[in-house]
Amino acid sequence: MSKTKKYWTGLDQLHNTPEFQERVLSEFAPEATAEHLLESDNLNEGSTKRRDFLKFLGFSVGAATLAACETPVNKAIPYLNKPEEITPGVPNYYASTFFDGTDYASILVKTREGRPIKIVGNKKSKLTGGAVNARVNSSVLGLYDSARATGPMKAGEATDWATVDKEVGAALAKLGEAGGSIVILTETIISPSTKKAIADFAAKYGAGVKHVTYDAISASGALEANLLCFGVKALPVYDFASADVVVSFGADFLAGFPNGAANAVGYGKMRDPKSGMSRHYQFESNMSLTGSNADVRVALKPSESTAAVIALYNKVAAATGGSALGGGTSEYEATLAKAAKELVAAKGKGIVVSNSNDAGVQTVVNAINNLLGNYGTTLNMANPLYTKAGVDADMDQLVADMKGGKVGALLIHGVNPSYSYAKAADFNAGLAKVGLTVSFADRLDETAAAGVTYLAPDNHYLESWNDAEPQAGSYSLTQPTIQPLFDTRQFQESLLKWTGNDSDYFTYIKANWAGIHASSPGAGLLFNDFFNTALFNGVFESGTVGETPAFVGDFAAAAGAIKKIAAGEIELELYVKAGLGDGSQANNPWLQELPDPISRVTWDNYITMSPKQMEEMGFSRLERGDFMANVAEITANGVTVKAPVYPSPGQKYGTIGLAVGYGRTAAGKCGDGIGVNAFTLANGSFSVGSVSVSGTGETYEIAQIQSHHTLMGRDSILKETTLAEYKQDPKSGNPDLLLYVSSAGSSAGHGDTHGGGHGEVGHGDGHGHEEAAHEGHASPFLPASEVNLWDDHAIGNGHRWGMAIDLNKCIGCGACVTGCGSENNVPVVGKEEVRRGRDMHWLRIDRYYSSDMNAERAEAEGIGAIEKFTLMEAAAETPQVAYQPVMCQHCNHAPCETVCPVAATTHSNEGLNMMTYNRCIGTRYCANNCPYKVRRFNWFQYHNGSQDFSKNPANDDLGRMVLNPDVVVRDRGVMEKCSFCVQGIQAAKLKAKKAGRKVDDAEVQSACAEACPTNAIVFGDLNDKASWIAAKAKDERSYHLLEEVGVQPNVLYMTKVRNVEVNEA
Amino acid sequence: MSSHEAWIREPLVLGDKSYHDISNDIAKPIEGKANKQWWIVFTISVIAMLWGLGCIMYTIGVGIGTWGLNKTVEWAWDITNFVWWVGIGHAGTLISAVLLLFRQKWRMAINRSAEAMTIFAVVCAALFPGIHMGRIWMAYWVLPLPNQLGSLWVNFNSPLLWDVFAISTYFSVSLVFWYIGLIPDFATIRDRAARAAKPISHAVYSIMSFGWSGNARAWHRFEEISLVLAGLATPLVLSVHTIVSMDFATSVIPGWHTTIFPPYFVAGAIFSGFAMVQTLMLVMRKVVNLEEYITINHIELMNKVIMLTGSIVGVAYITELFMSWYSGVEYEQYAFLNRASGPYWWAYWAMMTCNVISPQVFWSKKLRRNITFTFILSIVVNIGMWFERFVIIVTSLHRDYLPSSWIMFYPSWVDIGIFVGTLGIFFTFFLLYARTFPVLPIAEVKSILKSTGSQYKK
Repeated sequence: MSKTKKYWTGLDQLHNTPEFQERVLSEFAPEATAEHLLESDNLNEGSTKRRDFLKFLGFSVGAATLAACETPVNKAIPYLNKPEEITPGVPNYYASTFFDGTDYASILVKTREGRPIKIVGNKKSKLTGGAVNARVNSSVLGLYDSARATGPMKAGEATDWATVDKEVGAALAKLGEAGGSIVILTETIISPSTKKAIADFAAKYGAGVKHVTYDAISASGALEANLLCFGVKALPVYDFASADVVVSFGADFLAGFPNGAANAVGYGKMRDPKSGMSRHYQFESNMSLTGSNADVRVALKPSESTAAVIALYNKVAAATGGSALGGGTSEYEATLAKAAKELVAAKGKGIVVSNSNDAGVQTVVNAINNLLGNYGTTLNMANPLYTKAGVDADMDQLVADMKGGKVGALLIHGVNPSYSYAKAADFNAGLAKVGLTVSFADRLDETAAAGVTYLAPDNHYLESWNDAEPQAGSYSLTQPTIQPLFDTRQFQESLLKWTGNDSDYFTYIKANWAGIHASSPGAGLLFNDFFNTALFNGVFESGTVGETPAFVGDFAAAAGAIKKIAAGEIELELYVKAGLGDGSQANNPWLQELPDPISRVTWDNYITMSPKQMEEMGFSRLERGDFMANVAEITANGVTVKAPVYPSPGQKYGTIGLAVGYGRTAAGKCGDGIGVNAFTLANGSFSVGSVSVSGTGETYEIAQIQSHHTLMGRDSILKETTLAEYKQDPKSGNPDLLLYVSSAGSSAGHGDTHGGGHGEVGHGDGHGHEEAAHEGHASPFLPASEVNLWDDHAIGNGHRWGMAIDLNKCIGCGACVTGCGSENNVPVVGKEEVRRGRDMHWLRIDRYYSSDMNAERAEAEGIGAIEKFTLMEAAAETPQVAYQPVMCQHCNHAPCETVCPVAATTHSNEGLNMMTYNRCIGTRYCANNCPYKVRRFNWFQYHNGSQDFSKNPANDDLGRMVLNPDVVVRDRGVMEKCSFCVQGIQAAKLKAKKAGRKVDDAEVQSACAEACPTNAIVFGDLNDKASWIAAKAKDERSYHLLEEVGVQPNVLYMTKVRNVEVNEA
Repeated sequence: MSSHEAWIREPLVLGDKSYHDISNDIAKPIEGKANKQWWIVFTISVIAMLWGLGCIMYTIGVGIGTWGLNKTVEWAWDITNFVWWVGIGHAGTLISAVLLLFRQKWRMAINRSAEAMTIFAVVCAALFPGIHMGRIWMAYWVLPLPNQLGSLWVNFNSPLLWDVFAISTYFSVSLVFWYIGLIPDFATIRDRAARAAKPISHAVYSIMSFGWSGNARAWHRFEEISLVLAGLATPLVLSVHTIVSMDFATSVIPGWHTTIFPPYFVAGAIFSGFAMVQTLMLVMRKVVNLEEYITINHIELMNKVIMLTGSIVGVAYITELFMSWYSGVEYEQYAFLNRASGPYWWAYWAMMTCNVISPQVFWSKKLRRNITFTFILSIVVNIGMWFERFVIIVTSLHRDYLPSSWIMFYPSWVDIGIFVGTLGIFFTFFLLYARTFPVLPIAEVKSILKSTGSQYKK
């Protein structure tokens, strides 16, 4: 280093000119002024000429104008401070709990950038087994419902929380001091902390506080029966996975029942012909979802049901040494005797269940289960289910008290009696006589609008903290996944506030859980660890196994007190739809557009009637694709409703059905005015009994998604066999489809079915093919899968995504349909478009009824082809039902791909049939050429509010928040279809790539497979030999739909196996 | 017949015309004023056309959802109309090209109008593949244009793409053929319109006749190009409807997937094309007094073609039925059973009655030569041919493989409006043509005036 080394700050300093020295001395440098510039002498000598200036000016103006024409830029603004947990583009899952008084589910909430967008089941829950039904996975849309109240209201006018707190607090205090009656009317509460908050509230306001539980869909009879028999006011937890014989009297235990989705999990496990098949008897009047899955289904009138239960009891009692009951003669002796025999043979491994709301009937059902020793094995009363707690008499008493002016304050939470209570008018009249009325409803619903003074809107459950104890010893937590969108406050927090407790509800829960922690031996030492683990898992099982209470009830007396259902020429049975439930989510368009699994009708309820009776009464049976139904009037208990009549094969002749949950008037734009309110017809029970029905002469266009209901003798579409045959030959019902190929000997895999017109379809018995194989293809018959006109895609390398659908496990519940819709932003098109046959579901569940006519019968009776097919169009009077979920089959030789003129639909090297929306010009040739008719066209602009499809959530800013940002929203004029949830595949591949490993088969799930409670749908990599799906592909029951068309789908179906005797229809 | 010359064949032009009479007769509607009837029909046609254009604009503005289509039947009236119009557009080229090559001189009385009809029908037809697209503003993507969208290219496997080429080729060749034939006649009109008396006519027809001088070299080239174009157009007669039929034949849908389609469609196209020519000619010969040029013999000859092609179509229908049974494929069998006995049975039987049964009456010479009857039957045939396409498209789609997807199709008012609109477009064009173009080839008709020795003696 030289000492002479010198640093300078610039050339000026280096040269050290006098100007520089001067400048250094002056502290403030003089600014350059405009005058200074203008005074410059050589301005005229500038190189910019006037013309050049004008050129530049012109250019600049032109450029600026062009720049202004650019498409608007929507800016994605990054987080200034990124929240620790959120990475844009990466979803977060939070464990939470759904409970709405009907359905309980432990769930995972998928959030993207802080928005909850999807609900999936939490597999950690032992009670639900990770099952969610359509109502639960659609509930996320309720968060973004524009009909929700945006803040507290007083007498219909907006107000603020301070006013509400002040006024309600004062009123309550006054009542409390005076010892006045304060009633908290709620749905069933399963939250221990909420119960405690209510108790605290009661403690503060004195003995006048009463908590009344009211369930719109009541299980009052069963609760009372269990109280009588076991001293426990709760329901049993059914273990269908261990039940060899199930006998159900009208109980829709897979859908409408408490814990239905969880029952489906167990039920599905017993629908595997390899490991075990239950025998399921169903005695019912309406064709229910559960009944449609039964092996043996007997249609009976509601008034005959009681006798059938007693008859079954007597038969079981006779075989097991119980005392007989009187009055048990039934027309259905033979089937009941068989059911009884099988139940007795499978002692301890049977379930008898009834939907009756009569304590007497339920007591007899309990007695049957008790005689069979099912308690403690298939029926768990030791750790019973708490999800129903309402006793009808309590509610009736409350209404009487209200009318009598005995109620000083009524706080209504989670229920909507002005809509769902049969005598809503009485309730409303009583409401007027209550001094202080507060509703915690999330919107100005029927009750809140019927004269309730204060509306203190509750948060949506995705904005709330809560806890739950659905089953004794089984706990779960609800955690918020988003800040409250509106100025709403949780019910519990309001209650705490009015109790004088200023702590927030989360703190309150935590404090309460300290008690759970202390009383649970397996909970670990530190409370914080325990609580955080429970929060992370969503559930906490205390592991405490209770003791099965002794069966003590005097069921003989109870049986004597059974309230008779009025027998009549036509009897009415109300039912709960798999989609809409009790109607609390009626404003959810996903559920409104979810077709009923049986009728395949959307956006309505209707009178279901047996086709035979419809013909007799002169109602149109909606044959041959007719959508125009006749309207009839039903009068029951002095109430008359008008609804269209819809044919329901399997409906008992002389009965009709009508679904509850419709006919809302204050639900919002999607729920109001849809169908009729059937709750008004109930008389404490959904089995209404004798009613009068008459035509009105009016017609009404039904929005049905499926307008043809039988298989037309095409048995290879939906293959079936019986368990007995399956046991003899696992390939029974699923013979290889053999094609006659003239050049079979030389060109296996490249035969020409059409060459020279020699193609011929034959149904081999499986053995023919084996022979052919042994003889080196000497036989001219080849299995359809080996006959090929095309050059194959390279499908052996890498992944090859496929799906297996077990028709034996599919119960038709529709959870996959809403799961798919929520994952893939499938638009809701509304009633009018469904009427035009334009639903957009990427996945549909085809429902087929069996017909009395078949090819064998036609041949035997000498019936000609035309008459045969005409007769085949009609379903049998008591048909067998089968479900078949159909989505894009991702054909390896896809007929859609060859016909698109612009190559908008192409094949991926992983076996996916891809759809490039941007490239699609909408010729619809692909949809026409699809043998499965799974492609859906955007007939209108369904999503951005430019056309009148307001029921589609994607038409307003709030509803749009539910859209999955990973899936593009499709514009008018383009085709769309199932993508096998390619966004999930890509995400999993990316994750695996980053981790430098192979994609694990299990980490890729399509939305439908994820949503399926029975695992009927399995998704995976067919090239991964260890995968579940690869095993399914080899199963003897597997087949491809329409194999003979030669499109080589990547979706497999598995034969339906009915557990019936060979000769039974 | 006192003359010693033999009557080899009946004269093609009746009424002892001189060459000048021919020019006068054919130029008359162009040079005269339109009568009241013309204005009435023209007004109706224009209203229908405007209504149709309105419906098309409504469709493009609002969406294909304005039509009656649904998730199962995604083509119906649109493609029915398309195939129907293309079929009608077949007679022109057949008459002008194939009959030229076969030296059928009687064609000269009808070829001009038949070709005009072809052009207008193809215009109507070409509308539908355009407007049936969900995103018509992207329609240029069906052309193999080099682009900046990456490696995007059209799909040469798609019959729809073949359609694009087939229809555009057919349209351009037909247009050029037609126009070249018009050039000498335009020159005649030009020369008849004195520059001083009718300056506009003179100027317009001067431009349109491309400076035709009528010298021997021009005539020679005219003859040569006509022959070349006839040679080019002849395969098109077969190719266009063959390719249109492949829209269906290459698919997998029962009722569409049929190898018989190409010949059957071509026969059907000629059938409907001749019927439409009959409809138009019968009116035109009356209205513009061309009965001596388009004689009853012409009508009879065309009726024979209608009878022949109708019979071919009938055989094709029955072959289809037989093949569906013989194939042993249950879907095929049902597709045809459903046509005859399903919910759209009336469409099938309308087709059978109109196309198979009705033309058989032309075995009777008396009916073949009956003008009123021929007119009614020509309309019946076109109704039948419309139903044929409807039956093929809608009844095949509405009940295909999976019964769960079976559904009915009903047209919306827009569907009907667009169809009526294309009729409006067609007749508007045709009526304008009849008033401004020589509806018979003046020069060519003069060449056949003297077909017998006795006529030369005059």
